[in-house]
Amino acid sequence: MARLTEIGAAALHSKGWFKSHQWLLLRRLCQLSILGLFLLGPVAGIWLIKGNLASSMILETVPLSDPYLMLQVLLTGHVPELVGLLGAAIVLVFYLLVSGRVYCSWVCPINLVTDAASGLQRRLGIKARTHYSRQTRYWLLGMTLVLALMTGSLVWELVNPVSIVFRGLVFGLGLGWGVIVALFLFELLVSHRGWCGHLCPVGAFYGLLGRVSLLRVVAAKREQCNDCMDCFDVCPEPQVIRPALKGEKGHQSPVIKSGLCTNCGRCIDVCSKDVFRFGLRK
Amino acid sequence: MAINKGMTRRNFLLNVAGSACGATLLGAGLSVYSRQTASMPALMIRPPGALDEEAFLGACVRCGQCVRDCPYDILHLAGLGESVPLGSPYFVAREEPCRMCVDIPCVKACPTGALDHSLENIDDARMGLAVLVDEENCLAFRGMRCEVCFYICPLLGEAITIDLLPKTGSEKLPRFIPVVHSDTCTGCGMCEGACVLQEAAIKVFPRYFALAKEAEQHRYDDEGQKLMNEGEAEDTPFSSDPLETIKSGRESL
Repeated sequence: MARLTEIGAAALHSKGWFKSHQWLLLRRLCQLSILGLFLLGPVAGIWLIKGNLASSMILETVPLSDPYLMLQVLLTGHVPELVGLLGAAIVLVFYLLVSGRVYCSWVCPINLVTDAASGLQRRLGIKARTHYSRQTRYWLLGMTLVLALMTGSLVWELVNPVSIVFRGLVFGLGLGWGVIVALFLFELLVSHRGWCGHLCPVGAFYGLLGRVSLLRVVAAKREQCNDCMDCFDVCPEPQVIRPALKGEKGHQSPVIKSGLCTNCGRCIDVCSKDVFRFGLRK
Repeated sequence: MAINKGMTRRNFLLNVAGSACGATLLGAGLSVYSRQTASMPALMIRPPGALDEEAFLGACVRCGQCVRDCPYDILHLAGLGESVPLGSPYFVAREEPCRMCVDIPCVKACPTGALDHSLENIDDARMGLAVLVDEENCLAFRGMRCEVCFYICPLLGEAITIDLLPKTGSEKLPRFIPVVHSDTCTGCGMCEGACVLQEAAIKVFPRYFALAKEAEQHRYDDEGQKLMNEGEAEDTPFSSDPLETIKSGRESL
């Protein structure tokens, strides 16, 4: 769709720059703080948290582990130490509360890369729409689990760009730069939101958690919607908005129920009519 | 997308088949790739307590907490393009050998038990096995009193002992030869790290790499008593050697 104005121009005009970017700012702050906390140890010798997103330890007391990774370990036939399982349970409960894909938009370092690609794409007017189904990620998720089961080895971790990049940033990137550049170019030139929105099995796993999670985006004032389409254009998973925003006539709930919603809050920012807000699943 | 109104059953099935095939092909490729990367280079040694390589690659989540808790910073996580499976921890004994901390912090840090928490005494670690690989260049074999590897060994006098090689015609003295004992050597690599040659004459290898294994057949001790292989039943009236069964006569049946 050809646009006459920038996405969010109306919101910028009516709400001001800060109000129309507040969730984006918070999100960037969160992503960079998490990375910063992990880097504080190796760079400054202050060990608040140790490890990486696969598994870590806060102040030598609170363990955190990636439940997706621990599931793969279990499938290889190995039972992790209690501390690893406990860490996975803590993370699992956290994401069941705030929505699984909060991992994608508030934690994952790849999000910075793909958001940058998406922004540049919009600015340059590049159409990179190599099409494949958004369901592909579930097949890849299944594949990673079957591979762990069949080979007895964490095969996905040999190529998982999410862990390569985060581990690289914390422990030394080396050739990991190549992965960042490759993902950037892929999203910029080959497929719009191709990795995060279609392929990434990590996001698919956390999306499954989001199906029952408590914290949701709600189209609370949907009757004020003026169909400017800004939210659809800025959303990394635009298919999740319609049922909540346009379900008025069918008496559907205004809560965005899809687990694929990343709770990034960009729709809240760019809406000049303040249709959306964060709320709880009802 | 599944909610498209124009989606026919045929298109839907084709889409599903396409995704399934794509995922399967990628998976097959990945599993072949994982086999290729599963072999560790001989000089890269896993931290103490590491499970057998195959089990280790299923258990290690590559979080790097062992690396962080090593007080001597000897451990690395394999980077992209290295010949060690990506992200897994290792050390190179020649650069920085394991100092065998008594409290084994690297093992304690492991959240999955890829470094086995049942390892409580570091002397029981079996990271690898030191092998005197180059007798031509080893100073001891050349008749000099070096023995640096012997004296630096944390299990002094146990993992490496000095054997006397009797002097031959032209020699004035016997030679003092370091001998590694596989039942006590932890594979810490102090000997390799300390070897005075430019390229070490003694090196630590993974144990499967360094140790010969006897075939599953009879072994006898010095008195001619039969030694049992592991897992071999002792109480069978039949010997696994048909000759012996015949020799022992029918009365034993």
